[in-house]
Amino acid sequence: MTKILGISAFYHDSAAALIIDGKIIAAAQEERFSRKKHDPNYPFNAIKYVLSEKNLRLNNIDHIVFFEKPFLKFERLLETYVAFAPRGFKSFSLSMPIWLREKLFQKDFLFQKLKQHDKNFTNIEKIKFSEHHFSHAASAFYPSPFKDAIVLTLDGVGEWATTTIAIGEENKLKIVKEIYFPHSIGLLYSAFTYYTGFKVNSGEYKVMGLAPYGKPKYKDLILDKLVDLKQDGSFKLNMKYFDFATGLTMTNKEFSKLFGRPVRNPRKDLIDSFHMDIAASIQSVIEEIVLRLTENIAKEYKKKNLCLAGGVALNCVANGKILKKNFFEKIWIQPAAGDAGGSLGAALAYWYNELNNPRKILKDQMAGSYLGPKFDVDFIEEKLKSLKANYKKKLNNEIFQLTARKLSEGKIVGWFQGRMEFGPRALGARSILADPRSEKMQKDLNIKIKFRESFRPFAPSVLREDLEEWFQINCDSPYMLLVSEIKKDKQISMSEKNYNLFGIDKLNIKRSSIPAVTHVDYTARIQTVHKETNPKFHRLISEFKKITNCPVLVNTSFNVRGEPIVCSIEDAYNCFMGTNLDILVIEDFLLLKEDQNQNLLNDYKSKFEPD
Amino acid sequence: MISFLKEFFEFIKYRKKYWLIPIIVVLVLFGILIVLSQGSAVAPFIYTIF
Repeated sequence: MTKILGISAFYHDSAAALIIDGKIIAAAQEERFSRKKHDPNYPFNAIKYVLSEKNLRLNNIDHIVFFEKPFLKFERLLETYVAFAPRGFKSFSLSMPIWLREKLFQKDFLFQKLKQHDKNFTNIEKIKFSEHHFSHAASAFYPSPFKDAIVLTLDGVGEWATTTIAIGEENKLKIVKEIYFPHSIGLLYSAFTYYTGFKVNSGEYKVMGLAPYGKPKYKDLILDKLVDLKQDGSFKLNMKYFDFATGLTMTNKEFSKLFGRPVRNPRKDLIDSFHMDIAASIQSVIEEIVLRLTENIAKEYKKKNLCLAGGVALNCVANGKILKKNFFEKIWIQPAAGDAGGSLGAALAYWYNELNNPRKILKDQMAGSYLGPKFDVDFIEEKLKSLKANYKKKLNNEIFQLTARKLSEGKIVGWFQGRMEFGPRALGARSILADPRSEKMQKDLNIKIKFRESFRPFAPSVLREDLEEWFQINCDSPYMLLVSEIKKDKQISMSEKNYNLFGIDKLNIKRSSIPAVTHVDYTARIQTVHKETNPKFHRLISEFKKITNCPVLVNTSFNVRGEPIVCSIEDAYNCFMGTNLDILVIEDFLLLKEDQNQNLLNDYKSKFEPD
Repeated sequence: MISFLKEFFEFIKYRKKYWLIPIIVVLVLFGILIVLSQGSAVAPFIYTIF
């Protein structure tokens, strides 16, 4: 048996993945264990966990594959500094110490770190390197159900590439076209994330969520001045307006001058219609680029299937648009499309592409993305006792009926079941659930539970078999990566007066029979729930449907703003006690807030830095 | 260090980027100066250098 460990680290979202003979055994992000959002450090805990899933020691691993190539990245850095010299001296003087001391010697650095797991690990030659975008492409193609496909990867930057087109056939994957740094769709989106006052590499979702409140007034300006977009979807950025190549910020003064306002300071400047229009404009530009790219590659390569990965593939609104255009028969998106998924891609790339092993099973290999740790009943009970929690152990049937009833009564539930999800989305294993029919639920969840901005939308989880009755989409979306409109007959049309309401005021208008998951443009980011991959979640929603006739639940990640999704029993209990969650369900254990020792209630949100 | 230099030279050879060598030498010397003049390798997060 060949055991391969994939690692991504040192930029953001460090992670580890274990595959044995090509089968995905386990994968997890370091942030879940370290409790530091987007943790970029060496994923010690994640590696420890994936090894424990099969009781392995590090020395039992045959190959260890790092998700990118440090030398190639260093080459890009040097050439960029040369190209922009003398500009960029400050960035150079800041980056060189860390590169010359640490990053350039990544193989040795990794070796030393890996030895901490097992002193018997002595073979440095087991460490291999994959390319950043190749890792992304592999993470999208190999676990997909397709024998052959076009693979499009889009992100900020890896070594040189920012956008790649690859062809996947059987067990082979080949990159056929690339767009190089500094021309990057991911960095373009991040530049606007920075400009609208959100954190780069984490606030991109907020820009996407903010977009439907605005109008794409600046789209033409962006396409005219910032991006030279060609008919085939290839593009160049006008670096006159950006600072990221050699500077310490994403945009420069010229950029602010072009839009007529300085960068928003999140500490003192409120979000207004200008920021909403900016968000709408950049979202529209991204969609335009992605649609041109996909239309062109569909025509050029004549493949029926498309696989997507890279951070930009988490832009589910753009994904929904690709789907709607029907350029491809089928689309599959890696649920851990960001850098965390690079760990899995690196391992899979080595197994199939380097070791030339055949792909035997052609079905979705991600197992619903439930690839993280789970806990057995005895352990949970012991842990709950040590936390001084008051709990009731229920029979398996009871827990679903009881939870569904409480949800239908408007209670908000922390739902902790089975293996933790790999990737940024909570998919019913570490989720906060609520009734989507409630008009005030979106606001309540944002402000009382998640402690985050009130404009941010929530996603629905819907039984797969009921999907078409509720949404205008007819394909699986198990990873919550596709956006679609709510079915017309479920929508409630807005009066002209309501339609013209400004931005966030629109939120208070009931827009459908499931208002808590209906965004202001009548769309929703859908998760289809399948009996095969998550029977417990499927069962819960089915019970909820029996009571309410509604096969949909609000599903948001089990965490507060700035906190990684909960991983352990302790994390879940702490989050439960620090927020206004009414109920916590951990496997068969039911915990009601009113039963808990009130002295254990804690000030939770201040523990995490807002993202 | 020797194996590192060997690997790095193989990389340059593979990429056929010999023209980078003098630049690398100058930049690395320059970089070493910066390293020596600093006490810590902790650099602030810059979006594209990591």
